[in-house]
Amino acid sequence: MITAEQLKKHKLTAGEYGHARDVLGREASLTELGVLSVMWSEHCSYKSSRKHLARLPTTGPRVVIGPGENAGVVDVGDGWCVCFKMESHNHPSFIEPRQGAATGVGGILRDVFTMGARPIAALNSLRFGRPEHPKTRHLVDGVVSGIGGYGNCFGVPTVGGEVVFDASYDGNCLVNAFVVGTMKRDAIFLGLATGIGNPVIYVGARTGRDGIHGATMASDEFSDKKAVERPTVQVGDPFQEKLLLEACLELMRSDAIVGIQDMGAAGLTSSSVEMAGRAGNGLLLELDKVPLREEGMTPYELLLSESQERMLIVAKQGREEDVRKIFDKWDLQAVVIGRVTDDGIWRCTWHGEEVCALPVPLLTDEAPKYDRPQARPDWQDAVQVLPTVTAGDASADLLALIGSPDHCSREWIWSRYDHQVGAATVIRPGSDAAVVRMHDTTKAIALTVDGNSRHVYLDPVQGGMGVIAEGARNLACVGAVAVGATDNLNFGNPERPAIMWQIANAIDGLAAGCRALDVPIVSGNVSLYNETDGNAILPTPTVAMVGLIEGELPAIGARLGRAGLEVAVIGALPTHGVGGSSWLARVHGLLRGKPPTVDLVAEKALHTALIKLVREGLVEVAHDSADGGVALALAEICLPLRSDASVGLVGELPGSGDRTARLFGEDHGRVVIAYDRHQAPAIDAVLAGIPRTVVGISGGSRLTLTDAGAPVIDVAIDALTARWRDAMPTYLAGDPWPV
Amino acid sequence: MNVGVVTFPGSNCDADFRRAIDRVEGLRAVALWHKDTDLSGVDAVVLPGGFSYGDYLRCGAIARFSPMMQSVARFAAQGRPVLGVCNGFQILCEAHLLPGVLMQNRDLSFLCKDVTILVERTDTPWTRGLANKLVLPIAHGDGNWQADDETVKRIEGDGQVVFRYQSNPNGARNDVAGLCNAARNVVGLMPHPERAVDPLLGGTDGLGFLTSLVEVLA
Repeated sequence: MITAEQLKKHKLTAGEYGHARDVLGREASLTELGVLSVMWSEHCSYKSSRKHLARLPTTGPRVVIGPGENAGVVDVGDGWCVCFKMESHNHPSFIEPRQGAATGVGGILRDVFTMGARPIAALNSLRFGRPEHPKTRHLVDGVVSGIGGYGNCFGVPTVGGEVVFDASYDGNCLVNAFVVGTMKRDAIFLGLATGIGNPVIYVGARTGRDGIHGATMASDEFSDKKAVERPTVQVGDPFQEKLLLEACLELMRSDAIVGIQDMGAAGLTSSSVEMAGRAGNGLLLELDKVPLREEGMTPYELLLSESQERMLIVAKQGREEDVRKIFDKWDLQAVVIGRVTDDGIWRCTWHGEEVCALPVPLLTDEAPKYDRPQARPDWQDAVQVLPTVTAGDASADLLALIGSPDHCSREWIWSRYDHQVGAATVIRPGSDAAVVRMHDTTKAIALTVDGNSRHVYLDPVQGGMGVIAEGARNLACVGAVAVGATDNLNFGNPERPAIMWQIANAIDGLAAGCRALDVPIVSGNVSLYNETDGNAILPTPTVAMVGLIEGELPAIGARLGRAGLEVAVIGALPTHGVGGSSWLARVHGLLRGKPPTVDLVAEKALHTALIKLVREGLVEVAHDSADGGVALALAEICLPLRSDASVGLVGELPGSGDRTARLFGEDHGRVVIAYDRHQAPAIDAVLAGIPRTVVGISGGSRLTLTDAGAPVIDVAIDALTARWRDAMPTYLAGDPWPV
Repeated sequence: MNVGVVTFPGSNCDADFRRAIDRVEGLRAVALWHKDTDLSGVDAVVLPGGFSYGDYLRCGAIARFSPMMQSVARFAAQGRPVLGVCNGFQILCEAHLLPGVLMQNRDLSFLCKDVTILVERTDTPWTRGLANKLVLPIAHGDGNWQADDETVKRIEGDGQVVFRYQSNPNGARNDVAGLCNAARNVVGLMPHPERAVDPLLGGTDGLGFLTSLVEVLA
């Protein structure tokens, strides 16, 4: 008899369990309850979000595999595909940042290579609390070393990312990891348990007690009382993962298997159940055959363990020996632990005794789904009111902004990642988008990950659209056409109507952006319950986008690099003010106002024209102007980057109207470009009516901007560079954030 | 001419090195497996970067005992060209084919960036015709070369320092970025020449290592 106390521990409601009991026609065993608990967790079942995720566009002429598999697959032509996904490891990273982040990277790598793709690049999107919060420095240091430690050893270049610091993440950091791989279209593998009687083979590391109930933890709130949760964090072994990658890719070339899947969240349980579910079959697993790392483990523990670097394979009957030989070569074990059955039941035995017999659909398609109540928060109107703020000295504000946690140099982070292994990284971290060449092809992919939780908080629909617009714009800046995206929806507790309202509206915004800009979402992840003691994080949908560059790679930079270039802003110049801006947050400590609205039609036209400008070599520099406003974008192109020396700029602030809004407002749909001025007529021909507003000419050692002749900004590039470059290293060396 | 590239289970720059070799006219890359002992008749051997056996112990400490390394040691003793890059350099030191040891970086963190190195010897099979200064990427957590005073004195006296950092990124003694053995045929360095063989990927300063080999083997 399952008690109320047991249900509570397993985070199942009486109603949910009642449904299971009705379907089974009996009480569940404790082991079965554990299985139901993880399979019906938010993390595995998407029970609160599934209804809303259905509104995201997930198809398109290039989409080969959309959401629902281990990762999405997009066709990039000539028989080649890219395979990618982003996934969160927020809760484990807060408890144990190094291992939490490392295993987050490990999990997403497996999601990609289980599809048959060789991973070629990784990105990450990170959110931490205020720098002055006592835990923040430790979390940054641990997360970065975890990501680097895993990716560097595995041999995937970590080529970019984003990081934001905000008080709402003080008790709940976010670690979203993205990986992209490449494969031939005819060599895609799926997580399918087909073929009655086919053997189920366990490969990779042994199973221990680590990570038990990780999936249910990921679907729970934090509170101070639960500060000690170390047993639920897994430990990663990137060397083991590298062996697993090579062995799996070799196995896939052998024609011996029918399906393969990573044992990720909810480990052996979810991988086997999902494989059976997709194929409409049942499975029989002999749990006593699972290789164990620890003595005395129970069926309950080994079913729910999230030990890392394990995969589940369904091979063709009679090919078991071929599988074993390949894994032997890589010093890995491959053990037959069960077979595919035709009764649609997921059965587990333990030394001959049946310990689980659950219908597969009960665990998958028939998992609870909720249309949770939504309500526009009662504070939403109030936060959209922009209080009167007095504009100060713009030069001082710019210096503050460029040295702020939002905008300072991230070199401290990315120099700890091997961003060149694979010898294919064309544009390294620090630009609008990274570019990685696809070996054996004439193609390259561009990668970016973006999120703007301030905008989403103030207006979830516009904020959601903005994330997509910014991603596609970043790709256009390097001449790449967006071909697909993966999203990671990080929100608070969906059982609160205000949070559910944020989720639903942000998804509407993302969906509108994706549709208008032809960017299908092919995979994704939802991380809810990001709260501590009832305080939710800012709503943080992050989106990683993949762009395609065919043929010759354009010579484009994000830095002026030399004097004598004309600098202009392309795109319309209306101003939506400073609502939701970084300036308002960093200079005035305010999260208020309405964020800029997104004109998706204008956005699309701008991207199309910009891609052409870059591809035809008409511009030397293209840099997105969004976060931090036009002033920050102009300052950033003056900064040094690797071999590019710093160069000044003298010019006129573009646009008209409120000066602060023109400097620091974060309107979408505009990009800063620099070019040889003789190219201006050719550029205008491509722009075909999209405004090009000249700012000035590069040169000198200062950034000087005037407005109708009056000085607005005048600051030495060296001063900007010092603030930008030194902030993060100073902070991470143990000193307060420099101001 | 065939250049063998050894793949240890945790090598992750082996494919990059094979591609770099195949870009150079006159060279062909041959993959060698750590569990084998047959060098397949290659004319030179490269130990590429990576994490040979996970390197949870000292980097390269286990690789030294692999079957293939026994063959590589014999090959080196015959005076044939051997190059170790990054993890390969660590393995050469652990195998005592080169002096000293590579310790954790001064700042205790992994570091990936371009560095300028000064070339001090152009009479090894891998460095003939190299310019005085090269810009090459580094990517390592353990590149801090150390040795006792006597060893340092000996190798400096014998001119075994092949490369020095212009600006020391990892605390290596005497700014050592790369070394050769007394016979000059075995060279090891922390920077990655195979990542600098294409102007699109940030330079071609690494190509000289391979064109040098073509000249020497011709």
